[in-house]
Amino acid sequence: MKTMNPTPPFFQQRRERRKLLRTGIAVAAGTALAGCDALSHNNAAVQVLRSAEDLSRSVHRVLGRRAMAQEFTAKDIAPKFRANGTTMPSGEDYAAMVAAGFSEWRLTIDGLVANPLEFTLQEVMAMPARTQITRHDCVEGWSCIGQWKGPRLSQLLHMAQVKPEAKFVVFHCLDKMEADEDSMYYESVDLDDAYHEQTILAWELNGKPLPVENGAPLRARIERQLGYKQPKYLHRIELVSDFADISGGKGGYWEDQGYSWYGGI
Amino acid sequence: MTSAAAAPTAPVPTAARLPKTIYRHRAPVRVMHWVNVLCMIILLGSGLQIFNAHPALYWGHDSRDETRVLQITQRQVAGEWRGVTRVGSAEFATHGVLGTSRGEDGAYAARAFPSWATIPGPQWLSMARMWHFFFAWIFVLNGIAYVLWTVLSGHLRQDLLPTRKEWRGIGRSILDHIKLRHPHGEEARRYNVLQNIAYLSIVFGVLPLIVIGGWAMSPMMDSFAPGWVDLLGGRQSARTLHFIAALLLVAFVLVHLFEVIVTGLVNNLRSMITGYWRLPK
Repeated sequence: MKTMNPTPPFFQQRRERRKLLRTGIAVAAGTALAGCDALSHNNAAVQVLRSAEDLSRSVHRVLGRRAMAQEFTAKDIAPKFRANGTTMPSGEDYAAMVAAGFSEWRLTIDGLVANPLEFTLQEVMAMPARTQITRHDCVEGWSCIGQWKGPRLSQLLHMAQVKPEAKFVVFHCLDKMEADEDSMYYESVDLDDAYHEQTILAWELNGKPLPVENGAPLRARIERQLGYKQPKYLHRIELVSDFADISGGKGGYWEDQGYSWYGGI
Repeated sequence: MTSAAAAPTAPVPTAARLPKTIYRHRAPVRVMHWVNVLCMIILLGSGLQIFNAHPALYWGHDSRDETRVLQITQRQVAGEWRGVTRVGSAEFATHGVLGTSRGEDGAYAARAFPSWATIPGPQWLSMARMWHFFFAWIFVLNGIAYVLWTVLSGHLRQDLLPTRKEWRGIGRSILDHIKLRHPHGEEARRYNVLQNIAYLSIVFGVLPLIVIGGWAMSPMMDSFAPGWVDLLGGRQSARTLHFIAALLLVAFVLVHLFEVIVTGLVNNLRSMITGYWRLPK
């Protein structure tokens, strides 16, 4: 190329080849990304992608069915616990409950149980409680550390005498996510997480009654899963063998919008 | 090697008699290389989409303004939202690429990484997670297969670990790279020492870091040995390290592509497809 002679045809060819290649790479990259977008709308392709969720869950269950989430010390607690999603359920009913100090609020446990139960908030608060300082991990990527207190879910499940055919615990909540009535927040977990030692129904955050924005009067803490698996504003716990008939059928409000049912990642 | 070959007693292998092409990449390496290319493109695109859901990085267990190390956001300038990127306390105007970029309708929209860089293109966290975790499995299995193969086949010892002599020539190798002078003939048979260092630090440094950083973000995996995430500085530090490792990988790929192109694109591409590589004269 140092020569002063006119460019030999060989280099011209090379240059054209290079131009072609550059265009080729740009087209290939554009097509690849467009292809990913198209596949994201293809049911069969999404089913294949989704298979990784089952694989991850199975491997995680083998590696640590009863493993404990990390617990922190008081100095790790964030100055303010971040509130996300619903911070004030819509409607007059909830506002009236807040005004009455949740005296009219009840927690029911029903479905596949031999002994359906109903609790007042005072009764829940009177039960032996577990206190834990844990890290809350949101699916968006952020984390926040807080101290939670409340009875273990397993304790309530034992009292309600869960039937052998029950496979999932469904949490029904008081917050409506959209305008229509069918958009109440709900979530579900398997019995491994339901009976886990750190799975509690928290009525206290950082030593104070659970604030409205964090799910008053009661929220579930399922410490080894992401934030959307830890429903706030609880009012009913239902034992089921499967959740196909509940709302969108995917086991939770966000699951019905396309999020994974398994929130351990 | 070349000086020994010049001894007059042995039959003289002149330049003309040297083999022109050598079998450079064995089939497993070629297959794993292209699987890796596919995985890295998809993991990067879906990773940037996931990052967009909370476009900030922190150091420590949790996310606080005081411990934030990176943020891609918007700032209002003369009534218009302009993309800015903050690294530590420094702020950079990144309008058009980071913070604000043109969407499919051609209008500027607030989003950290632009839609042309993310999988899927539009804001869609749940779908990006599915892409990311599916290809993360393939990436990890492919990586394990590569490490096993590279050790058991002797590829690591024969081709990747530099010899003592090559270590001593590192100064010259750096100079050669800066001048874009590349080895020719017999000398080109082996990877050069800088190439070795780059490959080894990616395979045994950056890639394990990116995988472990990814694992540390899973609340369930964190529980398998409570506290192990502290070794990385906490979950948010792990997320930051995961991101930094991704940047290092992108930097490696850019240098790699540059070298592939300047040392003979067609020859190099062919060698990673068919295995055969023509020695540069």
